[in-house]
Amino acid sequence: MLGLNGRDTTVFVIVTVLAIMAPFLLNPFPTESGLAQFNAGYPDLMQRFAIFAIFAIGFNILFGLTGYLSFGHAAFLGVGSYAAVWIFKLFTYNVVPAILFSVVIGAIFALAIGFISLRRSGIYFAILTLAFAQMSYALAYSVLSNPKFNLTNGETGLQVYPGDLQMFHNPERVPDLPHLFGLSMRANYELSVGGWDFNFNAGYYLCAAILLLMFYLSMRIFRSPFGMMLRAIKSNQTRMTYTGLNARPYALAAFVISGMYAGLAGGLMAAVDPLTGAERMQWTASGEVVLMTILGGAGTLIGPILGAGFIKYFENIFSKINDSVLHAWFAALPDGLEDFLVAIIYPFIGKGWHLTLGILFMLVVIFLPGGLVEGGQRIGRLFRSRKTRKGETDEATQSTPAE
Amino acid sequence: MSKSLLTRRGLLKTGAVAGTGLALPTIFTTGSASAFTNEPTGGTVTLGFNVPQTGPYADEGNDELLAQKLAVEHLNGEGDGGCLNTFSSKALEGNGILGHKVTFVTGDTQTKSDAARASAKSMIEKDGAIMINGGSSSGVAVAVQGLCQDAGIMFMAGLTHSNDTTGKDRSANGFRHFFNAYMSGAALAPVLAKEMGKDRRAYHLTADYTWGWTQEESIVASTEAIGWETVNTVKTPLASTDFSSYIAPVLNSGADVLVLNHYGGNMVNSLTNAVQFGLLDKQVNGKDFKIVVPLYSELMAAGAGAAIKGVLGSMNYNWQLDNEGSKAFVKSFGEKYGKPPSNSAQTCYAQVLLYADAVARAGSFNPCAVGEALEGFEFDGLGNGPTLYRAEDHQCFKDVLVVRGAQNPTSAYDTLEIVEITPAAQVTYPPNHPMFGGDEASLGECNDGA
Repeated sequence: MLGLNGRDTTVFVIVTVLAIMAPFLLNPFPTESGLAQFNAGYPDLMQRFAIFAIFAIGFNILFGLTGYLSFGHAAFLGVGSYAAVWIFKLFTYNVVPAILFSVVIGAIFALAIGFISLRRSGIYFAILTLAFAQMSYALAYSVLSNPKFNLTNGETGLQVYPGDLQMFHNPERVPDLPHLFGLSMRANYELSVGGWDFNFNAGYYLCAAILLLMFYLSMRIFRSPFGMMLRAIKSNQTRMTYTGLNARPYALAAFVISGMYAGLAGGLMAAVDPLTGAERMQWTASGEVVLMTILGGAGTLIGPILGAGFIKYFENIFSKINDSVLHAWFAALPDGLEDFLVAIIYPFIGKGWHLTLGILFMLVVIFLPGGLVEGGQRIGRLFRSRKTRKGETDEATQSTPAE
Repeated sequence: MSKSLLTRRGLLKTGAVAGTGLALPTIFTTGSASAFTNEPTGGTVTLGFNVPQTGPYADEGNDELLAQKLAVEHLNGEGDGGCLNTFSSKALEGNGILGHKVTFVTGDTQTKSDAARASAKSMIEKDGAIMINGGSSSGVAVAVQGLCQDAGIMFMAGLTHSNDTTGKDRSANGFRHFFNAYMSGAALAPVLAKEMGKDRRAYHLTADYTWGWTQEESIVASTEAIGWETVNTVKTPLASTDFSSYIAPVLNSGADVLVLNHYGGNMVNSLTNAVQFGLLDKQVNGKDFKIVVPLYSELMAAGAGAAIKGVLGSMNYNWQLDNEGSKAFVKSFGEKYGKPPSNSAQTCYAQVLLYADAVARAGSFNPCAVGEALEGFEFDGLGNGPTLYRAEDHQCFKDVLVVRGAQNPTSAYDTLEIVEITPAAQVTYPPNHPMFGGDEASLGECNDGA
């Protein structure tokens, strides 16, 4: 279907179903129950899942296929956001031009940075991209926000003020917020069934639709001759050069494509929440997308989506469990035991969520080098091996995990 | 007899299509029937405490959190009641807010605008928070204030000192109790004139971002007004940890006062560097060299150690203040946590009580009604002395403290001593002051999310 082979079609259908049903799947617990703490089906987080999945899919086209590890991808996300907010400030709150412009700006930036950085490979490439990203961060944080030429509004972050130009914006006819031809990105329908509340959010569904489109695109790239060339760069660039092929244009194309994905993600972030700040470009943000991709499974199709969801879930759900929530959970236990359990668990939740994530990341890298996808495959194999021993071999060749 | 075209199948089809058509528009409207965003239903009301728990200001964030928890206790009638006993408004009875028991959720801003907005959004969308309180950076405060304005809930700012928060970025749903850079300048200038004379030459080192600039602008303006000369203003990158290369030129510039527009770790490092260079032992133009740190906090003072001895600065509040409200708060905080509160803790505590009181006086949680109750509200007994919440820009006007690093501190908590309490009248400015966005700055319309 759609130029995909049977197996890929299945994956695509699964992702589509997951994306459409997310409001149900992410809210498995009734709102009033104690476990509601673990519900992730509120608009902001669902949007983040979709947006960071796009970001990670794009990163995976570069890292998973060519093996070039960029440590500065957040720079493209950041410029995409700034581009989108400037469209909001100057022209219109309609998200379509803003998103398109953010992709274009992401591409231009990626072309410039990639053109220089791709002259080196390996660790030098990583350091170059990191340097460019930190440079963009510093520029956005202070240099480009001085009172005479205020492009980024510095620490405060760029946002839309009532006094802004907004040439084509008519608050009489359309919402005074980012909208898609009149449909506000914030529009939300809450469906209450029994004790459950499910949120259907316009912003989320826009992000999800674009995610599906981008996922499809990445599948086609993975399966195309171009994708094969990119894999060749990863497996042996020297041999590729000896056969008379120039690897750099292919690598640059991959770099620009993944920069466009990042710009798109940045534009969507601004579309669902019209503000952007320099932190989006910081090296921690670049590191995050590397983690997402490796955690999910670099070089696999669905891995980056899983990794993005995993990390965002931790960041937003685990970081909000505080000691009073813990005390409430263990309230039934005797006092001494309650305090003991809370003292044991407390360092790993709330502000300690980084610690939990770090431990999980270590476990995954050590025991599942292929990321969560490999974990899934191993479980699948466990079930299948009882029926047949044969399935194992073509499973292994299907998706060879990166590093 | 007319022939009816009504068939069972046709009816079902039409019904289904019509039903879908009718239902479709409602998918995209706010489905809830409540009058405003997150209207409390049931016996509880949820407040959102959004503070930095990781990152450079984590210490302050955690202190804020302690104070906010204390405020919730007092609102629910637990503990000793703290400032509820000294607060000039008696609308709160210690039975929650309007009979709703107060609960809270916490989030980590990481001192990043993005992360702060994400955690504030999750509090609003998932936990149904009716108000967001706290924070320890102006960038975060402005970002979250904008979010709350759009979402239609109240924002009570924590530690944010930039003029912009209630200046050009002011908003109808946002309120700030903390003082600002202009007030620091206005309070410091007379003390500086008295202690150092009127013919000083100042050299500024400024953290290169929004807050640093507004503070530099304010201090330059107020010191030049007393006759000082500004020799140079140098911006330092925010990520700097070693300021030696910025300090060395100060010695050769002919300046005899160094003003450090730095905060947090920046300030600790730059001040330590300056002291190591022996600036304070120098004599320039026949006068003793002096250092000024316009915005002080207890946690910074603790970090800088002995380097702060004799260095002047300003604060919103200090636990050593001797008034009824302050004493009640320090007693209550000290008994619970075993240490005196910092000024960021005090501002967050006061903000929670002020919000709760405004709700009680308005008789409604509707942010527009609450905002109206806070606008122009005059109160006393929360630790800062008589205070006004000005209606035009939602900024509190109260006394500002000028403090100095103590020469002989007796404990880790009295490293700062109060030099002067500058009366509110002296730090008051018109709402359309050019440093605060001029005539263009406006609060906009109050939004209740309906």
